[in-house]
Amino acid sequence: MLETSMGLRPGPHSDSADTHRIFCMSFPASALSVRTALRAALARFMRLMEPDEAGTLELILAEVLNNIVEHSYADTGVGTITLSMVRDSQGLSCSVSDDGVPLPMTCLTKTEDNSARPSPESLPEGGFGWFLIRDLATDLGYSRDQDRNLLAFRLPLAPTLDRNAG
Amino acid sequence: MNLFSEACDGALVVRVDEPRLDAAVAIRFKEQMREVTAQPAHRVILDMSKIEFLDSSGLGAVVAVMKALAPHRQLELCGLTGNVDKVFRLTRMDTVFRIHTDLTSALSEGRKYA
Repeated sequence: MLETSMGLRPGPHSDSADTHRIFCMSFPASALSVRTALRAALARFMRLMEPDEAGTLELILAEVLNNIVEHSYADTGVGTITLSMVRDSQGLSCSVSDDGVPLPMTCLTKTEDNSARPSPESLPEGGFGWFLIRDLATDLGYSRDQDRNLLAFRLPLAPTLDRNAG
Repeated sequence: MNLFSEACDGALVVRVDEPRLDAAVAIRFKEQMREVTAQPAHRVILDMSKIEFLDSSGLGAVVAVMKALAPHRQLELCGLTGNVDKVFRLTRMDTVFRIHTDLTSALSEGRKYA
């Protein structure tokens, strides 16, 4: 089933179950707002996935969103993040945009090189974020378009048993 | 941030009474851990059983606490829930901490070696 009817024109499939499969939220770039957004996103999709899948989703989103708060907007607390998610038959498609500084390309390329991983023996206090994102998400893509960062990725999920009926 | 500490069998047990150890509280966690670990104890056991969510900032904060206690004092962990345990395994940081299933086994191990 295609998820193209974004509510503009009611198609044959756009019943209430379909609207539950789409989530979009814009929020201020602060750690506390990220918590609120995570809670809302998880609440929306919780019934469409297994509990451990929900844990994985929350971790990926937390890493992506907190990176934006800390680096793209440099912890200023000023700026907006937009998170959009769609549940399809194979998983979740997520996109995140912000108007902060460009994402350094090394964030995406170094994660392909396993030797760049923080080594546990050196007791690293950071640098895990992108490796976690890369480990858990698929189809990671980034583009910079007119002063906006756009990051997209997927989270593959077990086939739905359509538990959203309730 | 709610941290409760008590001395048990020669160890200092710190219970994190928070559902999340994430970017929003990582700095406060480090500061409060510095305060509660001011009392002397060779072993400091962090009871994480109430924590349902840990991100890389929270993990970094736990590592920072361990480094601040070293070399004379050891930070041990217990009660990792599913999502928390997963972050330790994915980052392989489970290899550098002493991790106990729960507080009871953490304390009984201390008695064994005492």
